Amino acid sequence: MKKLIGLALIALAFTACKFNNADKPKLPIMGNRDAVTKTINGKEVVDTVYQTIPDFKFVNQYGDTITQKSLKGDIYVADFFFTTCPSICPIMHRNMLNVYKEFKNMPDFKIISHTIDPKHDSVAVMKKYADKLGISGNSWWLLQGNKEQTYDLGQKSYLVAVKQDDGTPGGYVHQGWFVLVDKQKRIRGYYDGTDEKQVAKLIEDIKILRTEVNTGIAQ
Amino acid sequence: MKLRIIAFIGVLLCVIIASCQSEAEQDFKRYYTGGAIIYKDKCQNCHGAKGEGLSNLIPPLTDTAYLKKNKAQLGCFIKYGIKETIVTINGKAYEGAMPANVDLTPIEIAKLLTYVGNSFGNKMGTIAFEEADADLARCK
Repeated sequence: MKKLIGLALIALAFTACKFNNADKPKLPIMGNRDAVTKTINGKEVVDTVYQTIPDFKFVNQYGDTITQKSLKGDIYVADFFFTTCPSICPIMHRNMLNVYKEFKNMPDFKIISHTIDPKHDSVAVMKKYADKLGISGNSWWLLQGNKEQTYDLGQKSYLVAVKQDDGTPGGYVHQGWFVLVDKQKRIRGYYDGTDEKQVAKLIEDIKILRTEVNTGIAQ
Repeated sequence: MKLRIIAFIGVLLCVIIASCQSEAEQDFKRYYTGGAIIYKDKCQNCHGAKGEGLSNLIPPLTDTAYLKKNKAQLGCFIKYGIKETIVTINGKAYEGAMPANVDLTPIEIAKLLTYVGNSFGNKMGTIAFEEADADLARCK
């Protein structure tokens, strides 16, 4: 019996592979999801509603107000950092620079880095950081704003851990995730920003996502 | 007879020198490989796998002249960090803080300095425990 189940599993794995290979590579849709019953043309249809990133309001390194509208029609990568971070942020942004260099001239692509230490990371501090990092223009925004809103967004929407903890070096707990978000504000991938290989995969995945046809944009 | 003694002493000297050299080499290797592990753990996130630093935010470790000139200070920088001072590396000014590593022991710092001092184009030779320890005692 066990053998049978094993065989069935192997067979299933094979078909799964085949299924994936059948057409162009596609990225999964991540995050929480809900099933809703809708009435379309008089018929009851169960539809999947994917989690989307809700609206927010922050200020970028130029002092401009940035909301969800500023990212309309864009694919973007989000991460959380702080300018005085002694641990993983430098390596994250060294890797993010590769993403920036690859796509900085694409009009439908952005990077947003949220500071989790808005008290220290004022607009002026963020601008200085951006200058020193060597980024300019509007393809990589360093966002600063309400701390609660930033933490909420990280924990509830991007589903990454961010919190203040005076016991850790630098005073904040956070993971180095780069979160890929599509034009419909759905999460399409998580990449370890401290791992050069995963960031290389992110660059490839952005290319795949850019070829995706925009069906059913939820506005 | 005399010749034999001279020859014997000569051979002995050669053996001693050769074994000393290899011992020094072994020391170097031990320091260097130990230092590489500490570097990866404590320094690489910021200074990079090739000591390249990060844009104008974090200085590279490739300025051989700077390292030579500040050799006695390097251990202090590692152990106690750098606070909001401007450091000029390869002709570029870097400002900001470097975190301290107070938990590193003098032998670990000696190993780390030997690794950094002989990587990324630098050639400083072994920085022995005694030297690092004496320099650390003079940190301000």
